[in-house]
Amino acid sequence: MATLAPTTQAPARRPRDPRRIRRILWSAVAIIAALIWVFPVYWMVSSSLLPNRTLMSFIPTFFPGAETTFANYRNVVADGSFFSALGMSVSITLIVVVCCLIFAFLAAIAISRYKFRGRKSFVLAVLLVQMLPAEGLFIAQYKMISSVGLLNSIIGVSVIYIAAVVPFTIWMLRGFVAGIPAELEEAAMVDGLSRPQAFMRITFPLLAPGLVASGVFAFLQAWNEFTVALVILQSNSSQTLPLWLRGFIQNSASREIDWGQVMASSTLVAVPVIIFFLIVQGRMTSGLVGGAVKG
Amino acid sequence: MTTVQASPAERDTAPATPPTQRSSKVPHALILPAVIILLIGMGYPLIWQIVTSTQKFGLSSQFSGVAPFVGIDNYVTLFTDPVIWAVVGRSLLFCIVTAAITVIWGGLFALLMKAAGKVGRLILQICLLLAWSMPVVAAMTVWIWLFDYRRGVVNYLLNMLPGVEMDRYNWLDTPGTFFLVASIIVVWMSVPFVAFSLYAGLTQVSDEVMEAAQLDGSNGWQRVRFIILPMIRPVLMIVLLLQLIWDLRVFAQIQMLQDAGSGAGEFDLLGTYIYKLGTGGGDFGMASAVSIFVLAITIAISWYYVRSLLKEDEN
Repeated sequence: MATLAPTTQAPARRPRDPRRIRRILWSAVAIIAALIWVFPVYWMVSSSLLPNRTLMSFIPTFFPGAETTFANYRNVVADGSFFSALGMSVSITLIVVVCCLIFAFLAAIAISRYKFRGRKSFVLAVLLVQMLPAEGLFIAQYKMISSVGLLNSIIGVSVIYIAAVVPFTIWMLRGFVAGIPAELEEAAMVDGLSRPQAFMRITFPLLAPGLVASGVFAFLQAWNEFTVALVILQSNSSQTLPLWLRGFIQNSASREIDWGQVMASSTLVAVPVIIFFLIVQGRMTSGLVGGAVKG
Repeated sequence: MTTVQASPAERDTAPATPPTQRSSKVPHALILPAVIILLIGMGYPLIWQIVTSTQKFGLSSQFSGVAPFVGIDNYVTLFTDPVIWAVVGRSLLFCIVTAAITVIWGGLFALLMKAAGKVGRLILQICLLLAWSMPVVAAMTVWIWLFDYRRGVVNYLLNMLPGVEMDRYNWLDTPGTFFLVASIIVVWMSVPFVAFSLYAGLTQVSDEVMEAAQLDGSNGWQRVRFIILPMIRPVLMIVLLLQLIWDLRVFAQIQMLQDAGSGAGEFDLLGTYIYKLGTGGGDFGMASAVSIFVLAITIAISWYYVRSLLKEDEN
């Protein structure tokens, strides 16, 4: 987990002059690179704060300054379609997060605390499924969901999402469960607790950070998903936020677009993601490449 | 819930070493919910897709319910049809070029983080995190706005360069610039993950080794080539692999660029091509065959990664 922190911090070594200058130069390069990279994010927020007449000008306004207005946000919120899409996204995301956490938690306990027949095939299946792209299955999933009459329904899309997200959640939680020594539970059992009691009082609290991280991961997946939603949620009234956002862009080549409103909408969709993402980012990297980094 | 019922049995058999009973039903009960949802959400569609890929399942089959078995005909078409080959070739080229650029760029950023002072590094990390956390669809709307041919900032800035005439230049009009824009966007989104992963790898390279190499008279490139690269090889391989897999699945990005530009066939990659075959053309037999092909490529690329994860599991 702590792999992102530099391991050797030169203690009290006074940098010789040319080195120091080089360091400052590289810092300057880093800051320029940082500003270029963050520009699209800045541009989204900045455009969302500008009135439409300013955005229609052929000379872009780089700093909103005195023109700052929240009219775009008011327009987005005043339109009922936003809340309809928000409702869909929140319901689906909630179902996916809760189900994924429960299913993955149980499975993670099984594979990290037990040896059983079929364990290896199960782990292999989990790892393979997490690699499969949505593009490789979405037509078949669409046919399946439509054959049981669940197109445009929350349940239909949630089932696909849970199946797509649960493998990585299992894998992530497995790491957390494995990190808690079984001896801790046993010590508590020696002290007279039953196994479930020992589990609930000792292991479960230690697992809380893992559950939070996995839950956030499931949230990000379900909230951002586009491909499966596009084929299963086809009616306008069942759109999730990504589909709703896409609606603004469709046919933008041939018609004028209210970019201020589009950027305000994008900001509203992105803000919860950015907040949650910052909470778990350290675990995202170490979860994906952890073994390789530690060598 | 299941742990509650089974706990007495466990205590009876082996209290000291819980993870070794083979007779217990507990672990199977624990994985049951996950197995069921995977079978419904992934297993059934996969089998349906394998079966359908051997059928002539067109629009008429949807009404008649009859889809004649045609063996490997769809796959023969897949490997002989020039239109599909163009899509496959374009997808692979896009995937490899974009992944390579992403990894090189991410590596440079990782080196930059190491070379820069504390403040510079922190600012770079925060900005990369912000870019990384953007939802795909939101990122696409911003980039489409940036590349808008009427009032996009990109055209405006390029137009200011002396001798460059970019006024009202439509990037999404021709396949070449369309995929250039797609590649820029995908690189922008993916570089942060690569940079952070490789930086984590770089912090494992000790300063002493680097200093010793410097004292021995090596230059910067030699230090990267002979010390840093071999030491971060494992993480570099995995990052490249993940990037190849992720750049093969760029459906959302391409679909949205097509929404903003043109949806003509020459702008298709595998994802959008399958989508059109399935939902637009109703040719589910062919769509299934192409999907299976995509899955096969993905598994082939990811095999090394999955194996390394399995090894991690065994420890």
